[in-house]
Amino acid sequence: MEPFEPTIVAFVCNWCTYTAADLAGTSRLSYPKNIRLIRVMCTGMVDPQYVIKALLEGADAVLVSGCHPGDCHYINGNYKARRRIRLLKEILPRFGFEPERLRLTWIGASDGIQFAEIMRDLTSQIRAIGPSQTRQTMII
Amino acid sequence: MSDLYKLVIPDEGVLAGLRRFFRSILELESIQAILAPVQLPMKPSVMPALISDPDQIDHCDPLAPSFPLNAAKVVSQLTRNPIGGTVAVFLRSCEIRAFIELVKLKQGTLDEVVIIGMDCPGAFQNASYRRFVQSCTEDPGATFFNQIQKKDTAFPGNIDLAEACKACEHFTPDGADIAIGWLGMASEDHFLLKGQTDRGLDVLKQLKLPEAAAPLMRHGAIADMLAKRLAYRDDMFATTHAATSNLKKLTAYLADCVNCYNCRVVCPVCYCRECVFVTDVFDHDASQVLKWSQRRGLVKLPADTVFYHLTRLAHMSTACVGCGQCSNACPNDIPVMELFRSVAEKTQNAFGYEAGRSVDDAPPLSVFRENEFEDVVGIKGE
Ligand code: SF4
Ligand code: SF4
Ligand code: FES
Repeated sequence: MEPFEPTIVAFVCNWCTYTAADLAGTSRLSYPKNIRLIRVMCTGMVDPQYVIKALLEGADAVLVSGCHPGDCHYINGNYKARRRIRLLKEILPRFGFEPERLRLTWIGASDGIQFAEIMRDLTSQIRAIGPSQTRQTMII
Repeated sequence: MSDLYKLVIPDEGVLAGLRRFFRSILELESIQAILAPVQLPMKPSVMPALISDPDQIDHCDPLAPSFPLNAAKVVSQLTRNPIGGTVAVFLRSCEIRAFIELVKLKQGTLDEVVIIGMDCPGAFQNASYRRFVQSCTEDPGATFFNQIQKKDTAFPGNIDLAEACKACEHFTPDGADIAIGWLGMASEDHFLLKGQTDRGLDVLKQLKLPEAAAPLMRHGAIADMLAKRLAYRDDMFATTHAATSNLKKLTAYLADCVNCYNCRVVCPVCYCRECVFVTDVFDHDASQVLKWSQRRGLVKLPADTVFYHLTRLAHMSTACVGCGQCSNACPNDIPVMELFRSVAEKTQNAFGYEAGRSVDDAPPLSVFRENEFEDVVGIKGE
């Protein structure tokens, strides 16, 4: 049997985490191909429905990542994102999604090295938890 | 100066007493109309109506155990723009709480309303109410209330209160300007009128009613009912959680859903003029549907059923007041209220919020603090 390779959808903000990803790339740092980056202008625009959709479509984990507190380019989008993640952490585990499958982190624009590290970390954590229940369930 | 007055119950009974009270309010110069449930003349249906002629007050039926819609939506429509006067609105406790949520969501204002509430005796679902009416030999509302006062739940037609009502712990009208209390008043010749706000007190003063003493039995009667409701509610939470604790079970729970979205249409707090689920975003292209089918081998249509319910839980469960209209409106008997309430309990607790409690508590997703919920941030192993 092939080893389990998780799919991880990462919503990253244009100004910080995406820039860090870019920096990781130009610095030739490698990170796992399991990560599917979706660039958004700000974590404050990540409606809970995007997270839910990604999980129902088969993502084994969803990461939301933006600017550090105080650094959001729209002043407070990341604080709003944090409340929405808090909310989803209450809802999703009720229906059998392990809490580890939903993550939030702050990665600043100059943190290219940290970006690659975190992606490796996250991937190995999700690999360890195994595939999401969506892979064995018929979604209606 | 007391804030307690008597609503005297005449020999003709409770219904007559309430109608007289409403009539006296309507006759005040400061009140232009009263919104109350009304018995329709063409069929024994009960619907909210805005009554402005005191001579029409005998149509109003505040005791009917009918709850065809959450009237908070109607009050929101009446208060979105200035109405040019003051209207009294008689609402169930969960309608008051839903209206408080709508006010915070800028879908109405408290400026031109006087809210009248009553210890809620509960209600039936629509189909049950129709059966009840057919089986009643006397006036349905009076029959029902009489039985409720005696704690006799063997209702004509062999029906039971709505699940939402059996699990409702917010039966007292805490957000009303004027509260009508009957719990624990069985041995009195009157119900209790309490002015809970300056506005409510002002109206009661104008009515020149006899003052009432603090009733002795009321506190205990409320505590008894509360304990029963909480026990029922917690059972319901446990059963619902057990029935939905993973995706496989949740899909079984929702399997009969046809995506009609009735549960959202009737939801008093779902206020979006255009819900995302009825926009083009969900009017999927045929090629997209085929792609889904090819990826999984099969796609159930209409798709997005679980997606819809989870999203609505995320968008609205913090505002859920548990009125149960979602279950009432579902054509396929899906226990929507049970699912919503049991999740709402968790999401509201997470933010120390209680939907409908006060206009002063900001909805949890409309505010934030700099230092909070640090525990959801970070990637280190949990
Ligand atoms: S849910 Fe509560 S307030 Fe609403 S109708 Fe039922 S008992 Fe009354
Ligand atoms: S009312 Fe019932 S069938 Fe319609 S969308 Fe809601 S749960 Fe599904
Ligand atoms: S711009 Fe990066 S989180 Fe708002």
